[in-house]
Amino acid sequence: MAEPTRPLPKAQEHDTGAFWEATKNHELRYQRCDDCEAIVFYPRRHCTSCLGSRLTWHTSKGEGTLYTYSVVRQSYHPFFRARAPYAVAWIDLDEGPRILSNIVGIEDPTKELSIGQRLRVEWEDHEELAVPLFRPI
Amino acid sequence: MNSGQKRDAAIVGIHEYPSRDVEGRFSPLQIKAESAAMALADAGLSARDVDAIYDAGDGGGMAGLGISEYLGLKPNVIDTTMVGGSSYEFHAAHAKRAIASGKAKVALLTYGSTAHSNAFAIGVGGHGGGAGMPGPAENMERFCGMTLVSNYAMVAHRHMHEYGTTSEQLAEISVATRLHAMRNPEAVEAMRALEFMDIRETSIQDVVSSRIIADPLHLLECCMISDGGGAVVIAAPEVARDCAKPPVWVLGGGEATKYPENGGDITTSAAAQSGPLAFGEAGVSPDEIDIAMIYDSFSITVLTLLEDLGFCKKGEGGSWVEGGRLRFDRPSEGPALNTDGGGLSSNHPGMRGIFLLIEATRQLRGESCSQVEGASLAVAHGNGGMLGSRHCAGTVVLGRD
Repeated sequence: MAEPTRPLPKAQEHDTGAFWEATKNHELRYQRCDDCEAIVFYPRRHCTSCLGSRLTWHTSKGEGTLYTYSVVRQSYHPFFRARAPYAVAWIDLDEGPRILSNIVGIEDPTKELSIGQRLRVEWEDHEELAVPLFRPI
Repeated sequence: MNSGQKRDAAIVGIHEYPSRDVEGRFSPLQIKAESAAMALADAGLSARDVDAIYDAGDGGGMAGLGISEYLGLKPNVIDTTMVGGSSYEFHAAHAKRAIASGKAKVALLTYGSTAHSNAFAIGVGGHGGGAGMPGPAENMERFCGMTLVSNYAMVAHRHMHEYGTTSEQLAEISVATRLHAMRNPEAVEAMRALEFMDIRETSIQDVVSSRIIADPLHLLECCMISDGGGAVVIAAPEVARDCAKPPVWVLGGGEATKYPENGGDITTSAAAQSGPLAFGEAGVSPDEIDIAMIYDSFSITVLTLLEDLGFCKKGEGGSWVEGGRLRFDRPSEGPALNTDGGGLSSNHPGMRGIFLLIEATRQLRGESCSQVEGASLAVAHGNGGMLGSRHCAGTVVLGRD
């Protein structure tokens, strides 16, 4: 039987496809509105501050701060069940976007994480895209 | 009472389906139909009196249509608002509006679910992958295995970080609701049917020493997954005056949305927007409320909602709930919380909002198992969706004559 795999995003999704396309090159992209300068994330065709449609893509440096997290001890998903306990987190990128991801590269997520700590993106490569995970700096 | 208060619609009939484990013998539709009949009987009304139907999509087929056909009703007002567990607070507020505008005289809200029988993935059973909404947001979030419990747990962690809230303080909510559940025979039976390990009053220590499901939330801070359902009948004043039970007036309603925002505050929910709207329309303030029926999917849900509704300041919920203030027998210290036992210890088939209206009505009629003497004002607050990402809030303020 095949190993259970991480549930992956659809690379062709209308709003977020371009974000995932860029992950192939390990680029963590977000949008800013040309008219009102609001940060738009998750990606869309319009600004969530003014509904304008003039958005420009930018690439994050991939560093940010742990806004909050939880360590999942119990999951019924076969891929994640095998990885419990694992950390799910909201991360504030330095440029402004808040992204949901996992924290990796630590022995015991129940003990080694604290809100406010600095994190850096770490890419997990897949066939059509790469998934942005984060590791404490 | 405020002189500008409009008593233009009242809850006149209620029914909470008693079984929390139908063992696959009944369908959600059958639970809705039986509950409708019982709630109409409670009101002293008949099916022929119903001219407005409210359905959150559990009626099968097209929402509103399937349930009308199934019940044999031909309503003039059909409202199919589906905002998860807060749907029924929206429905109550919308029914008040429809009745006040003369579009309807008798509104019927029904709910049926066999979540337990189906082992539907809610509560502790929630699985990784989904973020509760198809489309672009889910496409950004599904890869990281955020379970339902961890979604709420992230609110708790941030709350602890910002305000120093402790697990012991959060546990107060579980302890108070379990105390109320033990006084409610249907809740005790529910815990038996769902094979709870240890059916008794709990202590703070019991809660914080139960196993962690998603840090920092423990098992006893998570709601049950039951079967169940219920119905509520809301009527115009001229109908309500002749009903079998005293009217419980729908005094005010508020609704709101909340979703992740860059730089946003995860510790503040949509209740901060819906609460003032509801209290404002009702012309009452939170400190006048006797009964707080607050959606208790998890302990942190209640703590957040109590703050957002104005029972205490943001960040002070932890110290505010300390010492058993939320028990039914401490009326001088503030409102009693979830006197039926709540979703934590009595009934949570996925969308608990209707039970908030039902128990609030029992209290204002003097029919609760944990009756607060002289209770005259209640708030029912539903949270639909997920506290830590995207949700809707429905607040309803209720009062007796």
